Amino acid sequence: MERLTTRAKQVSNKEMTLMERIYLPAILHGMGVTLKHFFMKKASVRYPEVQRPFSPVYRGVHVLKRDEEGRERCTACGLCAVACPAEAITMVAEERKKGEEHLYREEKYAAVYEINQLRCIFCGLCEEACPKEAIFLTDKITPVEEDRASFIYGKDKLVEPLDKRVDVSKRQSWRLNQA
Amino acid sequence: MDQALLIEKIILVLTMLGITLLIATYSTYAERKVAAFLQDRLGPDRAGPFGLLQPLADAGKMFFKEELIPAASEKWLFIMGPGIAMFTACMTGAAIPWGTELHIFGYTLNMQIADIDIGILYIIGFVSMGVYGIMIGGWASNNKYSLYGAIRASSQMISYELAMGLSIIAVVMMSGSLSLKEIAAQQSGMNWNVWYQPLGFVIFFTCALAECNRAPFDLPECETELIGGYHVEYSSMKLGFYLFAEYINMFISSAVIATLYFGGYNFPFQDMISSPALLGWLQFIALFAKIFFFIFVFMWIRWTLPRFRYDQLMHLGWKSLIPLAILNMVITAAVVIARNNGF
Ligand code: SF4
Ligand code: SF4
Repeated sequence: MERLTTRAKQVSNKEMTLMERIYLPAILHGMGVTLKHFFMKKASVRYPEVQRPFSPVYRGVHVLKRDEEGRERCTACGLCAVACPAEAITMVAEERKKGEEHLYREEKYAAVYEINQLRCIFCGLCEEACPKEAIFLTDKITPVEEDRASFIYGKDKLVEPLDKRVDVSKRQSWRLNQA
Repeated sequence: MDQALLIEKIILVLTMLGITLLIATYSTYAERKVAAFLQDRLGPDRAGPFGLLQPLADAGKMFFKEELIPAASEKWLFIMGPGIAMFTACMTGAAIPWGTELHIFGYTLNMQIADIDIGILYIIGFVSMGVYGIMIGGWASNNKYSLYGAIRASSQMISYELAMGLSIIAVVMMSGSLSLKEIAAQQSGMNWNVWYQPLGFVIFFTCALAECNRAPFDLPECETELIGGYHVEYSSMKLGFYLFAEYINMFISSAVIATLYFGGYNFPFQDMISSPALLGWLQFIALFAKIFFFIFVFMWIRWTLPRFRYDQLMHLGWKSLIPLAILNMVITAAVVIARNNGF
């Protein structure tokens, strides 16, 4: 039979030798092992001060991107909502009025766009479905909230601020490599 | 008894009690740090520098927790349990010689609270009373797990006290005295009992672990099977008392081990120090260094060994330790007789 692991050990019920039955040598050996660990480098990361680097493909809280002129890219096509396996995305579409061209890139836009962070499984399928490159997952972690309603992120939290653009180049290049 | 002596003793009692409590408090911190370091972690480091205020935070948390007395419990016994555990734990320190003499502000302080000539019996007596705290608490909780824990604790303590007593008898035969002061004084310099009684020391140490309910003998608590054992029903500061009593016991056990086998306050080359004032302080420090070392060993063992199974525990106690202790006693007796008859 093919072995599933290389670390399997044969169980043996042989009588213990006197040395083994005294326990003490084994105990001292064990204490030696733990003492060695006492002086070893610690694995702990002092979290808030020190943060471990994220993987470049980390999938955290979403961002709704704007284009170079600061217009929202999303056209409320609903493909992300359809693609979402967790049904976390809802939106209400609206038609762009005259004079709103500097706000929305397409003729149709999302007046309401909500992602429920408690439902979302951060799979990234919305990002893949989007034809307008409007939605991306960032390396931001969902912060703690005290009630469930606060986890439903609206456009106020999702759309990137004009003065603080979110860099998604890491995920874009990763997607290009995948394609 | 004249007044000066009375005041001196009261001061000494309060100081030693304070030191005991302080050390027990910081043992909880040390335990967590040692555990963390042995497991490649850092341990608590948020409260104060290096987490040094952690014990205070823990105590504060304990105080503010809700105090529950189960409806089905024996109310008075339930309250008495932790009290007895704490009381017996604190009482044992009285007979231990914490040093010879300390010279403070031109005043000579005798460092033993009560020089009882049967000091060692007094300690053994109080240690074995400690089981009542656990038993009463466990029984009064009216809970199966607590009862199991209490029964385990009492049978374990009775079994291991036998071997412990027998190993002490060997020491007593050697030194010819039951007074801890006398025993400590005889081991001056490096003339420590452990060189003559290595087997006795191993037995005594094992039994001390069992008496303190420390791992690998922490069957009365056993989180996995008994979800905490005898103190399942306890909350708030009553639980705090139980946990705290364990640390006090650990401190006292370390002190007793140091006194009986490792020369107590004696340290090598102490005869070379001529100033009695300096010597007094150095002896005090030497004793505490030994105690801290043994507290560390207690913790070190806890985070190295897994818990015994109950039948293994009884096997070890009755079938290994007691016969070995008797053997040790017989050999010691033979050697003592031979020496007295001039061989
Ligand atoms: S990441 Fe996945 S689960 Fe979350 S909103 Fe996008 S498609 Fe839905
Ligand atoms: S985010 Fe993209 S996929 Fe979703 S509605 Fe907007 S444009 Fe369509």
